[in-house]
Amino acid sequence: MNPLGDLIGRLRATISYSGFPWRAAPVPTGMKPPTPLKGLGADYDTTWARRYPARLTRAAIVESIMRPTIAALASPDRRGLDRLDEVNGPVVFVANHHSHADTPLLLTSIPEPWRHRIVVGAAADYFFSNRASSAISALAIGAVPIERSKVGRRSADMARDLIGEGWSMLLYPEGGRSPDGWGQEFRGGAAFLAIRCDVPVVPIHLQGTGQILRKGRTLPRPSRTTVTFGDPLVAKEDENARAFAIRLQAAVAALGDEATSDWYTARIRAHAGTSPGLTGPDVGAWRRAWALGGRDRHSRRRRWPKL
Amino acid sequence: MTGNLAPRPGFILDVDRSSPPIVFHHGEGFRLEKLPAGRSRVIYPAEPLEGLPDPDSAIRQALLNPLGDSKPLPALLKPGMKLTIAFDDISLPLPPMRRPDIRQRVIEEVLDLAAAAGVDDVHLIAALAIHRRMTEDELRHAVGDRVYDAFAPDGRLYNHDAEDPDGMILLGETPHGEEVQFSRRAAESDLVVYVNINLVSMDGGHKSTATGLSGYTGLRHHHNVHTMQRSRSFMDQENSALHASNWRMGKIIRDAGVKIFQIETTVNNNTFGREGPLALLQKREWEWSTRDRLQFLGMKHGLDAMPTKAKRKIFSSWQAPYALTSVQAGEVEAVHEVTTANVYKQHLVPVEGQTDVLTMGLPYICPYNVNSIMNPILVMCLGLGYFFNLYKGKPLVREGGVLIMSHPTPWEFHPVHHPSYIDFFEQVLADTTDPVEIEKKYEKQFAEDEWYIHLYRNSYAYHGVHPFYMWYWGSHALQHLGRVIVVGGDPAAVRRLGFTPASTLQDALEIASDVVGPQPTVTHIKNPPILMADVT
Repeated sequence: MNPLGDLIGRLRATISYSGFPWRAAPVPTGMKPPTPLKGLGADYDTTWARRYPARLTRAAIVESIMRPTIAALASPDRRGLDRLDEVNGPVVFVANHHSHADTPLLLTSIPEPWRHRIVVGAAADYFFSNRASSAISALAIGAVPIERSKVGRRSADMARDLIGEGWSMLLYPEGGRSPDGWGQEFRGGAAFLAIRCDVPVVPIHLQGTGQILRKGRTLPRPSRTTVTFGDPLVAKEDENARAFAIRLQAAVAALGDEATSDWYTARIRAHAGTSPGLTGPDVGAWRRAWALGGRDRHSRRRRWPKL
Repeated sequence: MTGNLAPRPGFILDVDRSSPPIVFHHGEGFRLEKLPAGRSRVIYPAEPLEGLPDPDSAIRQALLNPLGDSKPLPALLKPGMKLTIAFDDISLPLPPMRRPDIRQRVIEEVLDLAAAAGVDDVHLIAALAIHRRMTEDELRHAVGDRVYDAFAPDGRLYNHDAEDPDGMILLGETPHGEEVQFSRRAAESDLVVYVNINLVSMDGGHKSTATGLSGYTGLRHHHNVHTMQRSRSFMDQENSALHASNWRMGKIIRDAGVKIFQIETTVNNNTFGREGPLALLQKREWEWSTRDRLQFLGMKHGLDAMPTKAKRKIFSSWQAPYALTSVQAGEVEAVHEVTTANVYKQHLVPVEGQTDVLTMGLPYICPYNVNSIMNPILVMCLGLGYFFNLYKGKPLVREGGVLIMSHPTPWEFHPVHHPSYIDFFEQVLADTTDPVEIEKKYEKQFAEDEWYIHLYRNSYAYHGVHPFYMWYWGSHALQHLGRVIVVGGDPAAVRRLGFTPASTLQDALEIASDVVGPQPTVTHIKNPPILMADVT
């Protein structure tokens, strides 16, 4: 076992053995959990993180820490950036979600002018559960709290206001990281927001980040990744959020097909409605895991000579 | 530039004592030249037209609403069909444009429709005739990574090979006895979609396929001295024997049952950008700001002090921010008529009367030295071929007049790209510079040389006969002019071309007066950005 991982494991074990009062006491079954501290979760105010000093700090973090780290860990191959050439103004970026590495990877991949004027929708119950992680999330990645366990008017209004002020938004419509390497069904929040604010949605497919830091893993492992940007999509006139979300999921799935096969094959399958789905086959767990292995056959090699 | 005002048309400056020195392109550098007052004029190109606001939807609209008797592209696409998409090679546009290249935009739209129709058998061919093969990077730049990665790895995107005995067929002969040689894959396809970039009025139309997908057997019928001397000019379709020959061949291709869906595009004159280090080359000298002047001085002195290799590297990295000004698709001739009108809209500048002496500054690039070296034969071709022929009506310079071009004209060749040029320069031009004699005595030998054919097919070399065509390209000018003078060129290389070297423009004008008499009228064509003189 990795010595560092071993050390972290032993520390965790020590803390968990030490129990209360080193750790919070568990809520007894049947009892109502205590009300979270005011100003945390969805109530956390991130306005300060969008003021210039914080934005400058975030730009410095993205460029001097995240970029080299991502370059070393993820060796990203960024494709389809030219599809954003004709886009102006704020947009909603939606991507599939496998890993904590997704956000740093995207923040270093999304081009200007959006890169330094973007907020990331982050789970209010996870990233904003205490003051330290709230402040770090808001400062480092420009996170804003989004309630994922219920439909929250507060999150929706805040997101609308931010887009109205010219901020773009990065959302993971799956609602959380993949539990098994396959994607999850898209929820309607991103589509709803885009319709409400009348802004385009840029679908993005991330390939390979699950190898780096998938759910349940503590230490990152280097792996090659592919970030594929798709054509911006706008909701059709009579399209509701649910239908638009389905279309967004199909677009991300087609980009995934493009990343693992080739563009033309992916287009043929997308038109025929036969793109491999994000969510994987509806079979037993081991067969789903087995099916994951055959996905990435794509390799790009340079041919000699280069004159 | 004039801010939000409409782009200004071309302009003619009558040079007087107060006129500033004029910037001449001079290879990978510049010269500032004072033209004689009272008898000189400078022709400036039009400012760049505005690009289409949404190029992708304009392309889609063109494919859905074709010109002529063609059906919309989706109606021509069927599952199980054989589709070939041919596209212009590295020689267009010049300099190469910034990503996304127009070819990428168009090809992606076409392929998206083909994907919707479930077309599996698709080949993409760089229609380069006997030009050098494009490298992987160049193909990626032209068609984009998505298309390249989808088709190149399994050999469905490739360079045209005009010397492949199994890959070429003869479709027939024109009434003039011209053999029409064509790519077998294209000929046997149910549909050929041609994707063109029409930089100058010579490009496009039937020439796209009749020349681009042909080989020496077909090309020799119009790439010859007879045709070029009767093309006045080859940029003016109504008076071009080259154009007429391609049109005859186009009819044979059509009659042979090859169905072509032609997509033609035009770009604006934004060669050097509205902002950035080269933007001042698109401004008229008296409109330069203090910053422009300081920038020019820094750039000129920096370039003068720099080794040639470094200068080449800098210039060849420049990618033009061209914008798409029009796109039309459908039947070849109907499409090309509209395309030509759109090209003229950007390039034509009305000029009254001819001149005794025509001056031009030749830039660092021509169609045949992209990512390469501008050798002396290409200098001749660019000056006497392309720039001299950028006229409608009459040549800018009178018969028996003098052409003065400014270029370093180094005795230097790219050994991979231009091997036959080296032998042409050393062997053929040492013997004679007369195009008729060259054609008669040497062409066949070079065209059929096994080693040149091998290098063309397997390396990145222009075909053995290509330098001959470069020389023929200038044959109308050679016939028309009294003398050609090269300012600032390598004297030995210039003499080998049969031209007269001069150190300065003043010396060149002195030499010219021996031919055209004292106090000659002088016209300077300020190109690029490209202009075409409509001389009356």
